[in-house]
Amino acid sequence: MTKPIQNKTSGLQRHLELSDIGIDFPTAKGPFCALKNLNLKISKGEFISLIGHSGCGKSTVLNIVAGLYQATTGGVILDSAEVNEPGPERAVVFQNHSLLPWLSVYKNVELAVKQTRNGRSRAEMKAWVEHNLDLVHMTHAADKLPSELSGGMKQRVGIARALSMQPKVLLMDEPFGALDALTRAHLQDSVIEIHASLGNTVIMITHDVDEAVLLSDRIVMMTNGPAATIGEILDVDLERPRDRLEMTDNIKYNQYRHAVLTFLYEKQNKIQTVSRVKADIARSKKKSSSAA
Amino acid sequence: MMKTNIAPVIFRKIQQNVIRERFFAGLNAMLLPIIGILIFIALWAAVAKNIDTSLGEFPGPTQVWEQSFILVNEHKAQQEKAEAFYQRQEKRNAKRVAEDPDYVPTLKIFTGAPTFFDQIWTSLYTVAVGFFVASIIAVPLGILCGLSKGTYAAINPLIQLFKPVSPLAWLPLVTMVVSAVYVSDDPMFSKSFITSAVTVSLCCLWPTLINTAVGVSSIDKDLINVSKVLRLNAFKHVLKIVLPSSIPAIFTGLRLSLGIGWMVLIAAEMLAQNPGLGKFVWDEFQNGSSESLARIMVAVLTIGVIGFILDRLMLSIQRRVSWDKSVSLR
Repeated sequence: MTKPIQNKTSGLQRHLELSDIGIDFPTAKGPFCALKNLNLKISKGEFISLIGHSGCGKSTVLNIVAGLYQATTGGVILDSAEVNEPGPERAVVFQNHSLLPWLSVYKNVELAVKQTRNGRSRAEMKAWVEHNLDLVHMTHAADKLPSELSGGMKQRVGIARALSMQPKVLLMDEPFGALDALTRAHLQDSVIEIHASLGNTVIMITHDVDEAVLLSDRIVMMTNGPAATIGEILDVDLERPRDRLEMTDNIKYNQYRHAVLTFLYEKQNKIQTVSRVKADIARSKKKSSSAA
Repeated sequence: MMKTNIAPVIFRKIQQNVIRERFFAGLNAMLLPIIGILIFIALWAAVAKNIDTSLGEFPGPTQVWEQSFILVNEHKAQQEKAEAFYQRQEKRNAKRVAEDPDYVPTLKIFTGAPTFFDQIWTSLYTVAVGFFVASIIAVPLGILCGLSKGTYAAINPLIQLFKPVSPLAWLPLVTMVVSAVYVSDDPMFSKSFITSAVTVSLCCLWPTLINTAVGVSSIDKDLINVSKVLRLNAFKHVLKIVLPSSIPAIFTGLRLSLGIGWMVLIAAEMLAQNPGLGKFVWDEFQNGSSESLARIMVAVLTIGVIGFILDRLMLSIQRRVSWDKSVSLR
């Protein structure tokens, strides 16, 4: 019922604003409009999930906020400054972890810490690297190479690297997409824990409806491309901390879940059932035979 | 009773089988290459007997084997000569200093004809210098080409143009340029050495350059994004991201270059009469004694063995610097 207090006070400050974003990609057949008229205002400390069907432009939105893509129209404003290049204040957790394979876990995080030094001494930097590894429970593997870790562990290190930059906004591109269900649940719990203690603003792309409802303050549902935009925004008004098991019996949780599923599978349906495809084929056959 | 006894029997049987299998696997790894070499030697011996040249019968394995010992002995004899020369010089100088304390002895260097082993050394030294110079130019240039499409577009036509040029076409030009430009009263290197080294460099450049450029341009896009988010500057980007991820490609290029450099060097030495193994081969050919062909054959095999060793050397360096120990390198 009660929204986090943080939201109400800082909502006025307009922490992060995506204003009238549109992007065209050049193709051989002329420009392809991937996004159009996308507007979103995000408060400090808010956890936003972007959900939508594959190829609808979720990653493009994230890349624009990260500064890796330049929007064709509109722009992103973070703390009243326009975003036009990538930087550590908008740290990205990449889908496939993207750790440097030739550096140990420790060195991977250290590289990020050295780049965002903030006047730390050598000893302070070391402590900061260790603190961030501790935050994702990876201290025990500090000297291992990424190739020696499981997928979930790599993703933890990826999150530690992003957090160590002390970003204003944490951008996560389907961070748990490639993981098995148990590992994913573990990491979700870690992210809830970290978000509770650090209060970063987070934008996370996901395909997983449960994940979106469990983690987010707001779920941003996108329409199918081309010229994709925001279809609906769902406020998730569930008390934190949220417990995975309790939620399964929570009526509101299930209503939110239902709302997202309805959006994805009724309003923006992209899934072709076998029977529907068969019916389509039969109809077109009838047409062609009657025409002949 | 039977049942209790059968388990150890089966176990022993399995053990025997495992040992036998391992024995045969080891035998195969050793035996097959040896069989291959033996067949080659047998064919060589059979064919050689039937080829008559103006310098006598084509040398078979036995003659070549004998010649290799003769070459070793010649080298030893020459070394003894040199030693004797220096001893005589020392004695003579000591004597003159004793007679006249103000006399400053001049030291002369032994100027006997270079032996087979001296020539090997010269060739190795030349190829090392030529390869080193080429690598110093090709790796940074390749990285630049890989990073910047503009640079690549500008340099690519030149690469395509000069890559197929034979070293022998370069040689006369290089010789003339070196003798015109490298003028010094007290040269640190001989002109012939510079000519050979430059020719080797010109041919070593391309494989390293191309492979480095390809390796750098095919770095994982996500890693480049990481670098952008971290705002690594150009130098750190190259050092932390580009170099480590393109090490395998760079080494592929370096190994190709070294192989080409070694081949080119022998040809250049033959044609330009620069000291080295190529000159040894040419001198023996001009000499035209009944042993010449066998001595050339020794040189041919030596060139092959050294080429092989150079490649293994590069491979072991690659293994040491490569971060990905799981990849099998061959």
